[in-house]
Amino acid sequence: MSVFLRGVAGLSAPTRNGLGVGIAAGLSGLAFGTAAVAAGFSVAQSSVLSLLAFTGASQFALVGVAAGGGNLAVGAVGALLLGSRNTLYGLRLSHVLGWRGLRRVFAAHGVIDESAAVALAQRSQAEARTGFLTTFVTTFVCWNTTTLIGALATERIGDTSAFGLDAAVPAVFLALLWSRLREGARERWVALGGAVIALAATPFLPPGVPILLASASALVATLIPARAPRPEGGTPDREVRS
Amino acid sequence: MSLWIAVLVTALGCFALKLAGLAAPQRLLNQPHVQRFAAIVPVALLAALIVLETFAAGQRIELDAPRLAGVSAAALALLLRAPFLLVLVVAAATTASLRLAGLG
Repeated sequence: MSVFLRGVAGLSAPTRNGLGVGIAAGLSGLAFGTAAVAAGFSVAQSSVLSLLAFTGASQFALVGVAAGGGNLAVGAVGALLLGSRNTLYGLRLSHVLGWRGLRRVFAAHGVIDESAAVALAQRSQAEARTGFLTTFVTTFVCWNTTTLIGALATERIGDTSAFGLDAAVPAVFLALLWSRLREGARERWVALGGAVIALAATPFLPPGVPILLASASALVATLIPARAPRPEGGTPDREVRS
Repeated sequence: MSLWIAVLVTALGCFALKLAGLAAPQRLLNQPHVQRFAAIVPVALLAALIVLETFAAGQRIELDAPRLAGVSAAALALLLRAPFLLVLVVAAATTASLRLAGLG
């Protein structure tokens, strides 16, 4: 163990960050593989999602809608809406990484929460590239391996509710949301709004649609100017904006 | 929509969204509304997913005590600044042990 720790300590900071983040995130693939097969996806379908979509929250969203008996098209739209944050990471990463052509196409597959966080935290382009690639590769290997293990195990065991993995899925989302809630009151109001909308709409709309509807909470926040002080608890005044 | 089509649409769409960001002209970033919406929309979606994964079964709102306890334990772990992996283990272990004890 101490040899391992010394080996880890000898690595550069971006590599170390990348490995740590990648392993932790990759292991939640176990929860994904389990949830996917429990929702009716085959082992192959679960693995193809992890290999090709390779963005956890979107995959969980699609599987969650399917598990609730919802329309799969609605599930796919929800998954893509969640995946749109990777577009934003890509916009920020594009000049940080500075790759073009085929390299850029290859790198695009690795643009996820974790790799963006590690790459954007580095100082130089070389460090950013190292951090990005380490996180991408580590997460990719772990996420796909654990997806396969979780899917195969669930296929064999059947009912996995005894393992409590149904609580691990919302815990994944909670952990992803947590740092955003610390950013400010705006984020907390948007989260509260999204949660209330989703819960209120659930009895009346097909599964998946309430999640899409929750994005209205973000839309309202987008229309309100960033630094305007507003009364706690009340409906914010709508400004006329062009 | 069959499962395979949903899988492939999601997979291709997610990749296209990633590539669009890396390959897009930088002036898109300068659109404040686009930027603000893209930055904040995950917050709303994640919050919605958390409550529905915790409380919803299809169109029904249900209270599964062991699951709720697991998610609450995860929140507590996050408050105590536990690392990501530990948060998931705490959530699953709490729910699993309550079910083993015969609750829910």
